[in-house]
Amino acid sequence: MGEISCEVRFGRYGGRFVPETLVQPLVELAEAFERLRADPGFLGELSKLMRTFAGRPTPLYRAENLSRALGRTVYLKREDLLHGGAHKINNTLGQGLLARYMKKKRLIAETGAGQHGVATAIVGALLGFETEIYMGEVDIERQRMNVFRMELLGARVIPVRSGSRTLKDAINEALRDWAANYESTHYLLGTVAGPHPYPSMVREFQRVIGDETRSQILAEEKRLPDSIVACVGGGSNAMGIFTSFLEDDVRLIAVEAGGKGPSRGGRSAEHGASLGLGEPGVLHGAMTKVLQDPYGQILESYSIAAGLDYPGVGPELAHLAETGRVKTVMAKDETAIMGFKALSKLEGIIPALESAHAVGYAIEHPEMLGELSVINISGRGDKDLHTVMAHESV
Amino acid sequence: MNLSDTFRRCKPLIVYICAGDPSPDQTVEIAERIIRAGADVLELGLPHSDPIADGPVIQSASQRAIASGMNTDLYFDIASRIEGVPKVFMGYYNMVYRRGLERFASDCRSSGICGMIVPDLPIEESHPLREAANRHGIDLINMIAPNTPDKRIREIVSLSSGFVYLVARAGVTGASDDLQESTKHLIDRVPPVIPRAVGFGISRPEHAAELIRAGADGVIIGSACVDLIGRNELDQLEDLIRRMKRAMTKVRVKSTVAIQRS
Repeated sequence: MGEISCEVRFGRYGGRFVPETLVQPLVELAEAFERLRADPGFLGELSKLMRTFAGRPTPLYRAENLSRALGRTVYLKREDLLHGGAHKINNTLGQGLLARYMKKKRLIAETGAGQHGVATAIVGALLGFETEIYMGEVDIERQRMNVFRMELLGARVIPVRSGSRTLKDAINEALRDWAANYESTHYLLGTVAGPHPYPSMVREFQRVIGDETRSQILAEEKRLPDSIVACVGGGSNAMGIFTSFLEDDVRLIAVEAGGKGPSRGGRSAEHGASLGLGEPGVLHGAMTKVLQDPYGQILESYSIAAGLDYPGVGPELAHLAETGRVKTVMAKDETAIMGFKALSKLEGIIPALESAHAVGYAIEHPEMLGELSVINISGRGDKDLHTVMAHESV
Repeated sequence: MNLSDTFRRCKPLIVYICAGDPSPDQTVEIAERIIRAGADVLELGLPHSDPIADGPVIQSASQRAIASGMNTDLYFDIASRIEGVPKVFMGYYNMVYRRGLERFASDCRSSGICGMIVPDLPIEESHPLREAANRHGIDLINMIAPNTPDKRIREIVSLSSGFVYLVARAGVTGASDDLQESTKHLIDRVPPVIPRAVGFGISRPEHAAELIRAGADGVIIGSACVDLIGRNELDQLEDLIRRMKRAMTKVRVKSTVAIQRS
């Protein structure tokens, strides 16, 4: 892991806006993370699991057909090949091991589409934790397969009936559980959002994506790429691949869910573009960019890709977008579907609908990529087949 | 009317209700009934879509209130129409931040609110709001939890005005059957240089009495009342407050007698 310290704030974003009961657990977590990230035993164990269990390193694949179609060289970082089918396992292995070193007995996590829930359940089974996953009732209906998957892996899925009964409320419920049970329980948050130390801790567990990409592209091309494209929901795959290139002359493009368009009606937005269309505010313990109404009530977001359907975003991304270091763009549902199909046909790779936002954007805006680009394929698309089939039949 | 005077005069019963639940129109009437029944301080909640410190009862009330059209403008309008006891704002930081800290504190002042409780604003993050509150003569009330270390308790107390809010147990708001020993221990751990009011999980007159006996300077009751409001049992609500207040006053008489004898 890198040398960047575990920051509390990123410009005006970040921080720890939580009830007093959660301050001490977060302090203990930050201390444990600071200690263990320099501990050779911990790091050795983690890197062994990453290699032998999760399937790292993942290939950086030169996508010849896509490159030809776009008239430039495009590589794909193949996080879709990891165990569990997405980059999520990088973080759940890291935090799961951390929780074991902290002598916790139980893992709790939130999940939207179920990918982070599955990745947590995998690690719970591997490391012998009691595992409970909070999932909105609406999402449980939409993602029955992942619910069954989590249960097979020995986790208990707890339906969340409060609020909008989706991811945002599942996070609220996990925070409430943790406030009552922190002595025995680790809250395994799935993205670079939430209170300190989660944004920097999850980034450090995910930056293996960018560290590998950097040495792989240097080995193949003898130079850094002109651009890196990643989708952003909470932002963990984007921060994972961007972090290793922040100091370089590489254009970092964050593709948010444009959904059906930039409008909102009532208590819901028609998109998930917190960076592009949100405003500063506090959600889930951090100051960040948030989709909210003029009074500060959080809006429900929307995307065809459940993993991008979140009304907040990691605070470090909010900061990097504000300073201009990360370029923020949007891809609508239609663009994602196009990217999903195009990558399947051109390269024989079915990307997750989340990653398909990055692919679709790259196909529609090849001029933004430069001569040499890397697209982060954060997950595989098997989980999305029913969504795309339903979309086709409409 | 300010909080210091109230705590000098008595060991107050502080009653939380969620503004706008079940509808903005009914909040003033409900507040008046609560005050008539004996509440010494009204903690008026501004509902938020994502109340992470609250249990199911207050979550539901917040959802009902938002659905019935509650917003921050209406909140201050309602607050200014309630009279008779000190009023304290309770609400999440995003609602305050979104309006602007200065404007929010100023609106509190002009609607007769004398204190603010912001449960997701620990001391590290509270400096800007504290400054704004100070400029308008509003107390920013800090919370102390059972797991707050002693050193941090001293820091929190040194930054506090009005009173400190002792969180009776880990977790979120919501009625419970028993008081934990750790709650009484927490009262002892907080130096009595500022009034110490205890909330979270208090639902019965005997809880209130026990806390006063353990040294609490005030008692906060929320979910138990909100639950009755949600079921439209307003007579029972008044009755609960009367019984709570009576239980607390009885203890006080006893301890005063004890002091006189000694």
